[in-house]
Amino acid sequence: MPIRFIKDFFKRIFYGMFATKKHVKLGFYGPPNSGKTTLANRICKDWTGEEIGTVSKIPHETREVQIKEKVEIEFNGKKLTFKLVDTPGIATKIDYEEFLHFGLKTREAKKRAKEATKGVIESIKWLDDMDAVIIVLDSKKNPYTQVNITIIGNLVARKIPVLIVANKTDLRGARAKIKKIEAAFPEYDVVPISAKKGKNMEEFYECLFGLVK
Amino acid sequence: MVKRKSRIKPKTKLRTRRKNGITIQFIPYAEIAYISSFKRIKMLVNLAVENKILLIQGKLAPSEEADLIEETMKYIGKRGSSKFKGIELTTFSPQSSQALSFFTTFKERVATTMFGNRDVITVIGPATIVREIRKDPTKIQLLLRK
Repeated sequence: MPIRFIKDFFKRIFYGMFATKKHVKLGFYGPPNSGKTTLANRICKDWTGEEIGTVSKIPHETREVQIKEKVEIEFNGKKLTFKLVDTPGIATKIDYEEFLHFGLKTREAKKRAKEATKGVIESIKWLDDMDAVIIVLDSKKNPYTQVNITIIGNLVARKIPVLIVANKTDLRGARAKIKKIEAAFPEYDVVPISAKKGKNMEEFYECLFGLVK
Repeated sequence: MVKRKSRIKPKTKLRTRRKNGITIQFIPYAEIAYISSFKRIKMLVNLAVENKILLIQGKLAPSEEADLIEETMKYIGKRGSSKFKGIELTTFSPQSSQALSFFTTFKERVATTMFGNRDVITVIGPATIVREIRKDPTKIQLLLRK
């Protein structure tokens, strides 16, 4: 009886260690409106049937970090449990007047801008906590921005594995611009996807499992 | 009467110029190299809040860039800097197109290790003045607001 108890005790410890190793904190980072929440929603819906957050055409829709625990993903016979962390878009400037063009009233726009500034700070603070990060970029936008370089530089300094996703490939002219992203970040894998339409998700999962192996 | 008019006109012109003027401040490497990271970031954000475009000799560390973004966010909408909307930031490294000799490359690497990378220029512009900084590997463009 005591031997069995000891055996179970060690089994639980080793199982616990193993389970912790397979529980990966995966962050979604990038500039505002690049499709981070859309991609996180796609993954959540594929594997849990639920969404993580709302999406909008107005920038800074995600203004607080959103978390989805225990998302089990199975790919090519391998199973991994993720904690998905969807972060607010990182920007160096936030102008409430920009939101007025989307039909928001001045008061709403100012409130949104204030919340967005807090969201950026929160995103940066979460960088220390990640096991792996997906950087979501809009394929149609210029990748040579300092925000992208700063995010990647900080992840490299913390030795956090990075996968770059060139999102919105469903938009006209986006495919031609993927090479620009590849040229901007030659040291990283760039996966072209459309999170909205669910295009090329197989390659995305393959790269994701390669990243966290 | 004529004399009075001529006195008034230049004054008003001068005022207008001051209001719409752009200040570009060059910060040499030695000025910020030996102060703490915290003070350096505070100094840069304070200058950006004063609507100055900063050309800094050298490069901030990635963690300092993140701190700079954090500090900038704290200033947006803050009392006393209500017009401040953030910054545009970029670093630019003028690379030589000619292949350098082994000795020259070695010398440059030693100098970079000892004194930091002074060839790089960091540009910080307040978003109220600088609309966009366009950068690709070979050139940099500052697009200003009208």
